[in-house]
Amino acid sequence: MRCAIAAPRLRRRQHWLQPLHEVLEQGIAGELLFLRLAQQRTRFALCQSKTGIGVKFPTLAVLPSSPEADAALYPLQDTTLGSLTMYVVPETSSVLPQGISVYVGKHRSALLRAGGGLAALQARLREVTQLMSFTAASIAAALSDRVPDGQLGPDARRNLKSSLGYEITFSLLNPDPKSHTVDWDIEGAVNRFVKPVLDKLSLVANFSVDSQILYYAVLGVTPRYDKESSSFLLSAHSLPHVINPVEARLGSSAASLYPVLNFLLYVPERSHSPLYIQDKDGAPVSTNAFHSPRWGGIMVYNVEAPASPQASLPVHVDVDMARVMEVFLAQLRLLFGLSREEVPPEFLLESPGNEGLADWELDHLLWAHTVENIATVSTTLTSLAQLLDKIGNIVIKDDVASEVYQAVASVQSAVTELSLGHLLAAFQASKEAVTCSERAFFDPSLLHLLYFPDDQKFAIYIPLFLPMAVPILLSLAKIVRETRLRKKEPTKID
Amino acid sequence: MAAAVLLLLLLTAAGPGPGQADAGRERRGALREELLLSPLPTGDVAATFQFRTRWDADLQRGAVSHYRLFPKALGRLVAALGVRELHLALTQGFWRTRYWGQPPLQAPAGAELWVWFQPTVTDVDKAWKELSNILSGIFCASLNFIDSTNTVIPTASFKPLGLANGTDHHLLRYAVLPREVVCTENLTPWKKLLPCGSKAGLAVLLKAERLFHSSYHSQAVHIRPICRDASCLAMSWELRQTLTVVFDFFSSGQGKKDWSLFKMFSRTLTDTCPLASQSKVYVDISPKNKEKELLEVSPPPTSVHEAIVQGDRRTYAVYDLLSPSLFNTSRSLNVQLKWKRPQDSSEMPIPTLHAQRYVGGYGLQTGEICTLIYNTHPYRAFPVILLETVPWYLRLYVHTLTIITKGKENKPSYIHYQPAQDRSRPHLLEMLIQLPANSVTKITIQFERALLKWTEYPPDPNHGFYVGSSVLSALVPSVTAMKDMDVEQSPLFTSLFPSSDGSSYFVRLYTEPLLVNLPTPDFSMPYNVICLTCTVVAVCYGSFYNLLTRTFHVEEPSRGGLAKRLANVIRKFRGVPPL
Repeated sequence: MRCAIAAPRLRRRQHWLQPLHEVLEQGIAGELLFLRLAQQRTRFALCQSKTGIGVKFPTLAVLPSSPEADAALYPLQDTTLGSLTMYVVPETSSVLPQGISVYVGKHRSALLRAGGGLAALQARLREVTQLMSFTAASIAAALSDRVPDGQLGPDARRNLKSSLGYEITFSLLNPDPKSHTVDWDIEGAVNRFVKPVLDKLSLVANFSVDSQILYYAVLGVTPRYDKESSSFLLSAHSLPHVINPVEARLGSSAASLYPVLNFLLYVPERSHSPLYIQDKDGAPVSTNAFHSPRWGGIMVYNVEAPASPQASLPVHVDVDMARVMEVFLAQLRLLFGLSREEVPPEFLLESPGNEGLADWELDHLLWAHTVENIATVSTTLTSLAQLLDKIGNIVIKDDVASEVYQAVASVQSAVTELSLGHLLAAFQASKEAVTCSERAFFDPSLLHLLYFPDDQKFAIYIPLFLPMAVPILLSLAKIVRETRLRKKEPTKID
Repeated sequence: MAAAVLLLLLLTAAGPGPGQADAGRERRGALREELLLSPLPTGDVAATFQFRTRWDADLQRGAVSHYRLFPKALGRLVAALGVRELHLALTQGFWRTRYWGQPPLQAPAGAELWVWFQPTVTDVDKAWKELSNILSGIFCASLNFIDSTNTVIPTASFKPLGLANGTDHHLLRYAVLPREVVCTENLTPWKKLLPCGSKAGLAVLLKAERLFHSSYHSQAVHIRPICRDASCLAMSWELRQTLTVVFDFFSSGQGKKDWSLFKMFSRTLTDTCPLASQSKVYVDISPKNKEKELLEVSPPPTSVHEAIVQGDRRTYAVYDLLSPSLFNTSRSLNVQLKWKRPQDSSEMPIPTLHAQRYVGGYGLQTGEICTLIYNTHPYRAFPVILLETVPWYLRLYVHTLTIITKGKENKPSYIHYQPAQDRSRPHLLEMLIQLPANSVTKITIQFERALLKWTEYPPDPNHGFYVGSSVLSALVPSVTAMKDMDVEQSPLFTSLFPSSDGSSYFVRLYTEPLLVNLPTPDFSMPYNVICLTCTVVAVCYGSFYNLLTRTFHVEEPSRGGLAKRLANVIRKFRGVPPL
């Protein structure tokens, strides 16, 4: 499945770059070359003549900075999901700052600096396209459950699996309510920081947010005391043991079937404060936080020790939500596979601002989720087929059959839409396919325990078969004995 | 879930501005906890824990929910399924009202669940099904066996205990699973719902191995909307977790009825839950006969509380765990009670209302359910609502229903009967019966036992089939007049049921569950028949086969028998040629 989808895509992208190449060779190198490259579409249009660049953007050349250029160009862009608009600026243009050759905007556009020959530009174009849509690695990460272990990097299984919805739970762990009364304004923080991001992500899935405060919830490991810094340390290799005891207290999401993302804020006990997390090299982590793949994140929030030890307990603590949410949102991005770490130095990425993620990052997520959904459907339907092969007399009800047909039709349309570059339609179709296939697979009438296995039927008839077999076997033995006798003494008949 | 790979996070994202002003800080809850220890007339000791979490927020509105003291699991449930009021009780054992007196809160043996839904819920049955499945997951109980065959819609017996606008009983569902066994796996999730868990406060005493080594154990969860304050302009949600346990000290303690906290729970109280706004231990020290104090509690209580509970004047010794003086003298609190001299058990007070139920008749075809309701009040008659739920496989004959009081027929003033439907609905019988003063009322109804399909029998069908307890709800006239109390101030054990007026108090009693034998087939019979017929067929087949395949040929004379051989040996010995 992975090869079937990913490979033609990449090949086709090279194919699109071909006309661009020709365009550049024809030498249409004016003040600004405005190209619109619709990702995944076999035909791309050179829009220079249509929009009249010379007329509309004379001022663009004198715009002082790239963010303003991005904002100015935004009304002209193709805003459909999955499309990309690239602007190639001359080598000498001052739109891009010094030393930066690629600027990726907040929306679905990028500015490229020409120069270094056509081959270099072509390579850079490909790089930008991959960054803004998907790379072979991101597709492999989306399919990580279906790829053998050895072929993937350590980060591949970090991303959350595609689902129709997610539940985000913020938990404040206060293991020592006798010494600390911790207050957090989670409601304001959610409205201020989390909601804009989730509004943007609402296209991908349904999100629900809630929070709780857990008292007497302790970490599973005792931190080590470090005399030099007179603080407690939690080393990287002990972090996997931290989550298990807390997990039991978090409470399952009994009311829904969506996966839960847990973000825990841990205020250490008075006897274990301050507590710092060490990375593998023994250096303290600046954010004092870590995340667990496909599960969520934990942040340790140290409380300043009161000036005098006689200060009355409990100490009142007000959590600085901006600091906490900064970490949690970064972890959220990481869990969705929107890491900005592997970007070459000559690339400049515009900060997504309050929304937390840029338009093209949303596309990035949709590409990966669509591919993953299609793979999930194919796995589900394959295992359903295997089940039917195993049990011959299973009854498939009409509604189950129609769900299967619907799933197949949807997945086919998803593949078609994907090849046409209609990202949104493809994603919707793939979601529909997942829903249908899961509904068919988990239909209660398909429980294989409902069917009487053949070996047990045979066991019931053993009282019949066994006594019947005795005379048959005896007579067989007799025949064998007689033929052997006959062979030994052939002359005796006479 | 253990995550295999953990990665340290290094931040790259830019952060938004500083924290916001404290909005929504005033939305608070309060936790009150309470333990009531009451010596029972038989010498047993009943301990009733109550934990009340109040949440001054509206659960129904708002997509984002932020929980502080209220457990998230239950809060989400209430919000998602449109629950107005939820009462779940898991009980092991039977409260013997006749001997132990009126319980503060009784529950039927097994699991009981009754829920009022919001009027906005369109498909109540679907919500009910979903709710029982989720609760079954939360409390590790087999509540998922609640389906249409054991769910009823009572019309009069169960009224909402909290705030309610209408009482349209179509929004109510009630089910009892008498077969449910309650054990530690149900206690652990129940304890997890407490804000302090079992780490501090009264919940430290909840040690499973002691709690289940008792004659009666009942744990319950009650969620209801209540008034936020006296003016009742805003609504709060109340979660009440109760646990009642009865320890038998008379038989296990060599005839002595002395007890202490340590003897009961093998723990003592050491500290309070820092989240609780009230944490108290009440010990019932009401004098049984007027003139002398018979018992002695140590350490000396912080205060003494007098109240009229269930029509009786009672005295309680109160230990306030939040008062600093209590833990000053000793590090832990171990309440002890000693009887000054052996008490004669002849004068046992008999509760005003109690009931008894049994199955009559003989044979496996028909039977009779008899219920005896006693009113021991010397001069007051009062009505009682009886709710009877009988599974469909006992076919009730309503024309045989007889209610006899003092030898005369007693006509119920209200009857609601819903006949059963095979495999889909149980019988529901609700009656309002007037109980004359100082009387016994006998209610009998005959039934026929149905034959089940062979797949419908539960494992071990010869054990019998349970019929859930019937429910008696009554406003029992009080002997002494009661005063109206402020709910927030009075002890928790007096404030679950709303009291109507000063002259009577509300009592809900459950009778014994019944165990009825149904005609049960021999389940090994099909296999026996298969074995027998197969053997017969095989024997016939074998002889036919032999007959058809055997070849007959003349046997050549052999060397002779044993006699001949012996003769030859002798001949050889004699030197004569053999035969």
